[in-house]
Amino acid sequence: MNNTTSRQPDSGRQIIAGVDVGGTFTDLLIFDSSGSIVFGKTPTTVDNQAFGVMQALTNSAVSIDSINTIVHGTTTTTNAVLERKLARTGMITTRGFRDIIELGRRTRPQPYGMHGQFHPIIPRELRIEVSERIDASGEVLTDLDEQQLREGVTTLLDMGCESLVIHFLHAYANPLHERRAAEIAATLWPNRYITTGHSLLSEYREYERGVTACVNASVQPILDNYIDRLQQELKKSGYRDELLVMNGNGGMVSAAMVARESAKTVMSGPASGVMAAAYTAKRAGIKDIITYDMGGTSSDVALILDAIPSVSHELEIEYAMPIHVPMVDVRTIGSGGGSIASINDAGLLQVGPDSAGATPGPICYGRGGTEPTISDANLILGRLNDKALFSVDNTVSVNDIKKAIDVKIATPLDLSIDNAAGAILTIANNKMAGAVRMVSISRGHDPRDFALFAFGGAGPLHAVAIARELGIPKVLVPARPGITNALGCVVADVRHDFVNTINRPLDTLSDELITKTLDTQCIRGEQLVKEESIPIDNIQFVHSADMQFIGQTHLLSVPIEARTISCDALQKLFEQVYLKRFHVELKEIRANLVNLNTTVIGNRKALDLSQLIDPAGRRATLSEAQVATRPVWFDGNWCDTPIYQRDLLPIDALITGPAIVEQTDTTIVIEPACTASGDTDGNLIIEIQ
Amino acid sequence: MSHDSGSTGHPIDPITLAVIQSSLQQVCDEMDLSFSRAAFSPIIAEANDRSDGIYSADNGELIAQGALGLPVFVGTMQFSTRVLIEMIAAGDVASPEPGDIYIVNDPYLGGTHLMDVRFALPFYHNDEIFCWLSNTGHWPDIGGTVPGGFSANATAVEQEGLRLPPVKLFKRGVMDKEIYAIICSNIRVAEQRIGDVKAQSAALLVGQERLNRLIEKYGANTLKTAIAELKKRAARQMRQRLSDIDDGMYTGTALIDSDGVVNEPLTIQVNMKKTGSELHIDFNGSSPPCAGPMNSVLATTQSSVYLAMRHIFPDVPINAGAFDPLHITDPDDTFLYARYPRPVSGCAAEVSQRIAEAVFAALVPALPDRVPAAPAGTSGNFALGGYDPLKGSSYVMYQLSGGGYGGNHDHDGLTNGCSTIGISKTPPIEVMEQYFPVLYREYALREGSGGAGEHRGGFGIRYSIELRRGEATASFVMDHGRVGPQGVLGGADGEPNVVTVWRDGEPYTPPHFSKEQGIQIKAGDRVEVSTPGGGGFGDPAKRAKSAIENDLQKGYYTNEQITRDYP
Repeated sequence: MNNTTSRQPDSGRQIIAGVDVGGTFTDLLIFDSSGSIVFGKTPTTVDNQAFGVMQALTNSAVSIDSINTIVHGTTTTTNAVLERKLARTGMITTRGFRDIIELGRRTRPQPYGMHGQFHPIIPRELRIEVSERIDASGEVLTDLDEQQLREGVTTLLDMGCESLVIHFLHAYANPLHERRAAEIAATLWPNRYITTGHSLLSEYREYERGVTACVNASVQPILDNYIDRLQQELKKSGYRDELLVMNGNGGMVSAAMVARESAKTVMSGPASGVMAAAYTAKRAGIKDIITYDMGGTSSDVALILDAIPSVSHELEIEYAMPIHVPMVDVRTIGSGGGSIASINDAGLLQVGPDSAGATPGPICYGRGGTEPTISDANLILGRLNDKALFSVDNTVSVNDIKKAIDVKIATPLDLSIDNAAGAILTIANNKMAGAVRMVSISRGHDPRDFALFAFGGAGPLHAVAIARELGIPKVLVPARPGITNALGCVVADVRHDFVNTINRPLDTLSDELITKTLDTQCIRGEQLVKEESIPIDNIQFVHSADMQFIGQTHLLSVPIEARTISCDALQKLFEQVYLKRFHVELKEIRANLVNLNTTVIGNRKALDLSQLIDPAGRRATLSEAQVATRPVWFDGNWCDTPIYQRDLLPIDALITGPAIVEQTDTTIVIEPACTASGDTDGNLIIEIQ
Repeated sequence: MSHDSGSTGHPIDPITLAVIQSSLQQVCDEMDLSFSRAAFSPIIAEANDRSDGIYSADNGELIAQGALGLPVFVGTMQFSTRVLIEMIAAGDVASPEPGDIYIVNDPYLGGTHLMDVRFALPFYHNDEIFCWLSNTGHWPDIGGTVPGGFSANATAVEQEGLRLPPVKLFKRGVMDKEIYAIICSNIRVAEQRIGDVKAQSAALLVGQERLNRLIEKYGANTLKTAIAELKKRAARQMRQRLSDIDDGMYTGTALIDSDGVVNEPLTIQVNMKKTGSELHIDFNGSSPPCAGPMNSVLATTQSSVYLAMRHIFPDVPINAGAFDPLHITDPDDTFLYARYPRPVSGCAAEVSQRIAEAVFAALVPALPDRVPAAPAGTSGNFALGGYDPLKGSSYVMYQLSGGGYGGNHDHDGLTNGCSTIGISKTPPIEVMEQYFPVLYREYALREGSGGAGEHRGGFGIRYSIELRRGEATASFVMDHGRVGPQGVLGGADGEPNVVTVWRDGEPYTPPHFSKEQGIQIKAGDRVEVSTPGGGGFGDPAKRAKSAIENDLQKGYYTNEQITRDYP
């Protein structure tokens, strides 16, 4: 590569690159403040994602040494946890409680079927107890036995541990013993991979806090090595600044800081997509959206209210594996393009739960798949372009797919092949809509109050049908649905979240306690933001309280405007939120303040998205953007349907369905009677009829 | 657009049928979710001790039920809905009008225990009842001698709490404040109940709204045809599963430690005769009605069989059709068919699990690849009531706990699994210690408790709780203290439940093993409970060497235990 585009002397010009590693592809998006945007897509290198990242960067026309900022979304820690390829980690706990992370909260994987297995993230032989005890009020009942601690740490080292967790009961109320233990352990431990339970989240619940700490410790060396190597590679290629990494809270942190709280990266992949959705929709004037990211094996759904993605600190990455740090609340539903259609033994057509995944994948991938999937149905019905989809070797024909649908679905149900394929989509859309509705209802919202933001390779194929099923009036398809996560890296802000458990009745608290707690969170956050090397425009503080009525266990998040809020005012706010949420007025019952939360956001300079589709390539009229006409199956009939090329659409395009819009990263289906209009950022906004 | 096929009985296209099936399921799931989300009590909101469903207008049989409901309620409300319909027809209950909601908790009228309060709403279409929507919620208190209702030694239902026949709590959409006042005057912490009542009724209204939209979309007749067809198909599915079982007699037994009053074990004997695709089930040989609260009402006994079958065949949809091939003979003159005024508070939490265990035991030889060895199968209910001098208030604390699951065809049993009939989590120790004047000294995996086998049982837990301040009374309603969960096909039994109360350093074990009420303790005393391990599955001699080594390395068993159990 050459170095001709080295960094410009005029400090105003900024080049920002977002690189997101997905399951199949590594996506690159480079924003130049002088106006141009560059895209790249390279295959993900599974064993070491850094190769794919470097490949994506070197393949692009922009030289690495001209880039000011690189923001990276990685699934290194996600894969490490899901595949259990973790660093050998030891754990020190309060005497009597080393089995907490193995016993969990008394559950089973499925409501029905007394089967299932669970393997704790740290095996029992690497968990050692020491004498110490603190009670719920933070009072020390038994001093930390430092001699036992030293012996325990030494034993774990001898057993080959690379990383260490120290997790004591009630450390959220008083971290004294955990801090002292970490201090002593640090003198014995050969590296800095020591995680204390309270440092990631100062929240009660020993199982969840413990597992979170264990996840953190177990992926810390892995993430650290990975980021370190990538940094070196980037440096060799001339990148001068610090690498930034995406967190699960939708914000970014500098590479130097990311490993310390590596658990926060475990669910970062879907988070960046949601951040991009919030950013894009807000610019389009839409603030309440449900994001729908449909991929090959599953789909991710998130809610965005008033342009702010909902954050949860109660997510589980898999059965009994909670990671309780604040993360964008993304729920996964088990349907994707590879979901298999079959006839069950009641003689009914079902789609999923089995999936063909990426290998062998749908029949139409030509990789040996034999079971009809959602993608195959889309292809048969003309929704997907049969010429664009086939993999290189082109070993499968449309007839092969039709045959499979005929044998497995159409004949048993006594339907025509077309009707059978249509039925697959009907069932799939009904099921996906139901799952989206449940996500929305479980958070207390009616989906009809939202717009649907569709992305991922398959999201825009189904979005209109799903929206119609849900009574959602509007679908937004962004300019580049296939690289939404990479866009999220580029538009993300710097975010730090703080949670402090109070868990006491509101009327026993002083106003000062609230103010002081929030103040401390702000100061810590400001400090962290300043420690980062990331240029920001301004710092924003967002406060909330998690509250409940005494006697309840579920929490309600109450937004707080000012840090100086009084207990009385907070009580009133809570009652209002409760009434709005549950339509029940419960004035006579006392409120409990469980957590005080602050999110500190370092806002970065706004980016202009209008170049995502090159304006120069756009045509003046809709008919010039039409590349073909083909029959597409809608509502039981074939309709001759215009096919448009997305990049060619006039900026203010107005399309009446039926229509198909194709682009390299997705296909958009506009059903009959719906209308789609373009906007200045290149979004298509589809009104559902 | 309406797809209405015009008249009932007209064949329905398979696609519409599949869509209606999943839509009915979604209606119920949404009711479940709404109920939990809005409920005030943790037992409903967090422990999901509730269920919602749709029932036929003719005879109350189950049309669809929420997948998120507590497993113990599989099928129960079809009994209570049928009784309600019959009582209305007989003029014993006021006739329904649109907007009405009935409330009922009478165990003998198709119920469980008194704490499970059922609401039923007639769903109207064109001035006719199209179906019933009903839900059950476990109220945290319903009056009676013991807070929470789990008496270990009640001898009549009146001691267990307030019993409500079906009455209209809502009349034409408006709550009857007089009836509500009567209820509130008879239960503890009544001021919080309004939150649950509103949540429970609101969930039915959510169901009503969604069902209305379904009718709008497909038409009432199509919906009716689909419901009938879905019932047929579920029956066909269940029959297909049953056909895999060889014809013959299958019997299973499970023991209950005692009824809490008379210190003798109660026997559940289940006899299953499989012929063709039908399963005939009777309980001949089971113990007669008992004096204490371990009687089961008929609806709970039948539902427990359904529950066990659903654990075995989780993929068969729940509707009345799935129960069609299961023919259960009324267990007259046994404690599994309790009549007024027999006490029944133990039926939902404990007896139901023992019935499921007997069904599992019977069917293991028939379906060894599907049915596990016996799970711990008790809710492990320990209640501590007292006065905290520091906070100046009274409290009732519940510690529920799990145990080991039985080993199964594919792998070892799960450790600290939830009760067979539940899906709820236990609260964190850090929460318990904040709310109550107790200190946990230990909360650990109970080593050695899983029964040996090719696939061993999962482990129970051992906890030790010390009272820090004041005085309190401890009560226990648990089970599997006399014998451990049974191993199968050569596997060993899991360790039984053990309760020890340490008073002034002296151990005390309840004579009934797992049940006792009102044990006085004071500051410094401790309650220690070891919960059952699961039964082992298959011959221990076949256990993989690496698995045995792993058990040793993790300290699950001692060297001596390994030498003894895996010779």
